[in-house]
Amino acid sequence: MPMTTERKLSLRPSATFPQHVLDEIHRAADQGIYEIRGFGAKRSLPTFDDLVFLGASMSRYALEGYREKCATDVVMGTRHAKKPIELKIPITIAGMSFGALGANAKEAIGRAATAMGTSTTTGDGGMTEEERQSSKTLVYQVLPSRYGLNPDDIRRADALEIVVGQGAKPGGGGMLLGHKVTERVAGMRDLPVDIDQRSACRHPDWTGPDDLAIKIQELREITDWEIPIYIKIGATRVSYDVALAVKSGADVIVVDGMQGGTAATQDVFIEHVGIPTLPAVRMAVEALQELGMHRKVQLIVSGGIRSGADVAKALALGADAVSIGSAAMVALGCNRSVYLEDYEALGTAPGYCHHCHTGRCPVGITTHDAELEERLQPEQGARRLRNYLTTMVLEIQTLARACGKSHVLNLEPEDLAALTIEAAAMAKVPLAGTDWIPGNNK
Amino acid sequence: MKVFDLNTDSVRALNQYLHDSPSGNLSVTNPAGRHCIACGIDDAVEVSIDGHVGYYCAGMNKTAQITIGGNAGPGVAENIMSGSVRIKGNASQSAGASGRGGTLVIEGDASARCGISMKGVDIVVAGSVGHLSAFMAQKGRLVVCGDAGDFLGDSIYEACIYVRGKVGELGADCIEKEMTAAHVHGLEDLLVATGVAANADDFRRYGSARKLYNFDIDHADDY
Repeated sequence: MPMTTERKLSLRPSATFPQHVLDEIHRAADQGIYEIRGFGAKRSLPTFDDLVFLGASMSRYALEGYREKCATDVVMGTRHAKKPIELKIPITIAGMSFGALGANAKEAIGRAATAMGTSTTTGDGGMTEEERQSSKTLVYQVLPSRYGLNPDDIRRADALEIVVGQGAKPGGGGMLLGHKVTERVAGMRDLPVDIDQRSACRHPDWTGPDDLAIKIQELREITDWEIPIYIKIGATRVSYDVALAVKSGADVIVVDGMQGGTAATQDVFIEHVGIPTLPAVRMAVEALQELGMHRKVQLIVSGGIRSGADVAKALALGADAVSIGSAAMVALGCNRSVYLEDYEALGTAPGYCHHCHTGRCPVGITTHDAELEERLQPEQGARRLRNYLTTMVLEIQTLARACGKSHVLNLEPEDLAALTIEAAAMAKVPLAGTDWIPGNNK
Repeated sequence: MKVFDLNTDSVRALNQYLHDSPSGNLSVTNPAGRHCIACGIDDAVEVSIDGHVGYYCAGMNKTAQITIGGNAGPGVAENIMSGSVRIKGNASQSAGASGRGGTLVIEGDASARCGISMKGVDIVVAGSVGHLSAFMAQKGRLVVCGDAGDFLGDSIYEACIYVRGKVGELGADCIEKEMTAAHVHGLEDLLVATGVAANADDFRRYGSARKLYNFDIDHADDY
C-alpha cells in the first residue's frame, strides 16, 4: 500500500541508528571489509568559523584598503637552510601524490602555485617531470613508503618534507587501490600493476626523535645544508610532537588537522582519529613559544582550510602559513555539478562525492583514465586555482587591514573572539563579549 | 690517494668533497662511529673507511664503491641506487632499507629489518639476519648465508629471499617457493660477483604468496 504523507511524517528515525549508520552496517554486512574512501572528515567539528575578528574601531586603527599596503610574503626555513624558501603568499599547496592525482592535476597545481609565487608539494609516489617542470618551488616529500625516492630528485627539490603522519590518518599509511595502480604509477613505486597498495605507516630506517635527528642530518649532508627540511605531523598529541620535531632539527613544522583530506583511507580513520585543526594550531604555537622557537621554526597549518578567513584566523593564532589540498582540488572542479551521469555511475552526486579512491573521478582530477583526465586541462585548471588563491589572498588582506595590520603575520590572538565555548577552549580565545577562556581559570 | 682523517676533518668537509669533484680513491680514517659518512655520493669513486661507522653511512649511494672496515650503524646504504657497499663487520638494523639498486654485502651479521622496503637492491649477508628482514620488500634479492629471524619477508611483494640456514616464523604472505635452476644460476652469479663463498644449491627460496595483493575478506586474518 502506498505510504501517505501523514504516515511519513509520523515515522521516527533513530538518533542512535540514523540512515547513514544503517547504510554502513548494511554495507559492512555485504562486503566484510571497512569502507575505504577519499576526501576528509564529514562529521561536524569545531572550525575557524567559530571565531570572529574584532575589527578596528575607536581603540584600534584600521588600514585604508586602497592606499595602504598589507604585505603577504613569508619565508620558510630560516633556522638552518642556506636557501630558505621565499613565498609571496602564506598559502601553500599540500602534498598530494601522483597516483592519487593524475598528471594533469599535478601540472595544473604546479602552474597555479608558480603563478602565485608559492610552493607545491609532491606526495607518496615520487616526483613527476610534469610537476617539477611546472612548479618553481617544489617541496619533495620523504614518506615512510619511500616510493620513488631518489637522490637526484632530492637534489632538485627546493625543500624536503619528512612525513610522519597526516591529519586524515595519523598513525596510518597511505592507500592506493588497484584501479589506480597503472603501469606508470606502479613503475614509479616499484610495485606490481593493479595491486591494492598499502603504504607503510612507519619509516624504515628510524624509529623515534633521536633517530630522526640523525636522519635529518643525513638529508642535510646529501643536500649540502642548502634546502629547508620540514616535518609533517598529523594532529594528535601536538604539544609533544611539535617539541620533538624542533628537537629533531626541523626548519619548518607542518601540522595537519583531522579535517585534512586523503585520496583513499579507511572511513573509520578519517572520522575517528586525530583532533581538529582549530586546537592543533594553538597547541603548536604554544609548544614553539615555550621553546623560544616561534617564528624561528616556521609553522604551516593544514586540514580543512577553505577561505581567506580560515587562513587569516590560523595566522592570527600564530601560524606562519597554511597549506591546502582538498580546497585546491575543489577549485580545480572537484564536486562540480557537471558530468552528472558519471557521478551517478559511482553512486554519488556533486556535493557528496568522495570517490577519489575509485580512479573514476568525473572531473578528471583523481584519475589516470585518459578520457576522464582530458576533462581537466592543465592551463584551464591552473587558471581556476589561481583565481581561487587570489580571492583568498584578497580576503586575508581585507581582514588584516580591518584589524590595522600592515602585514598578515601581524594578526594576533588579541584580534579574535570565539562564538562557542568549545572554540574558546580549543583556541584559547575569549568567548565573545567576555574575557572568559575555558580552562584558563579566569 | 686522498685521506680524510675524521679526528681532524669534519664529516661535512668529507661529504662536500665527495659531492663536489671527487677523483681517484679516497681513504677515511678514524670514523669512530660518526654518522652520515660518505652519503649522497654521485660519482664512481672508491671510498675505503677504516673502522666503525654510525647511522646512514653510504646513504643513497650512486655508482661509488664503498668499503667499511668495521661495523655499521643503522640504515647503512639506505636507499642505495647503484654501486656497491661492503661491510667487513656486522650491520645494525635497517641495512639497505628501501635500496633501489646496486649491491650491499655484509660479511658479518645484520640486525633486524635488513632489506626493509627494498626496491631493487641485491643484499648478500654472509652471516645471519634479525627479525622482520625484507619487511614489505618490493624488488631485488636478499641472500642470507646464515639464519633468518622471525617474520622474514612479512608483507613481501616481488622481492626474492634466499636463506641457507634456519628460518624462524615466516611473515604474513611469505612462503617458501621452488628453487628452480634459473634461481640457482642467478644466485650463483651473485655469490661469485660479491665474493661470498657459499654453494647456491644449499639455499632455499622465499617470496610472496600474493594473497594480500588485493583486499579479500577471506584473508582478513593476515591483514
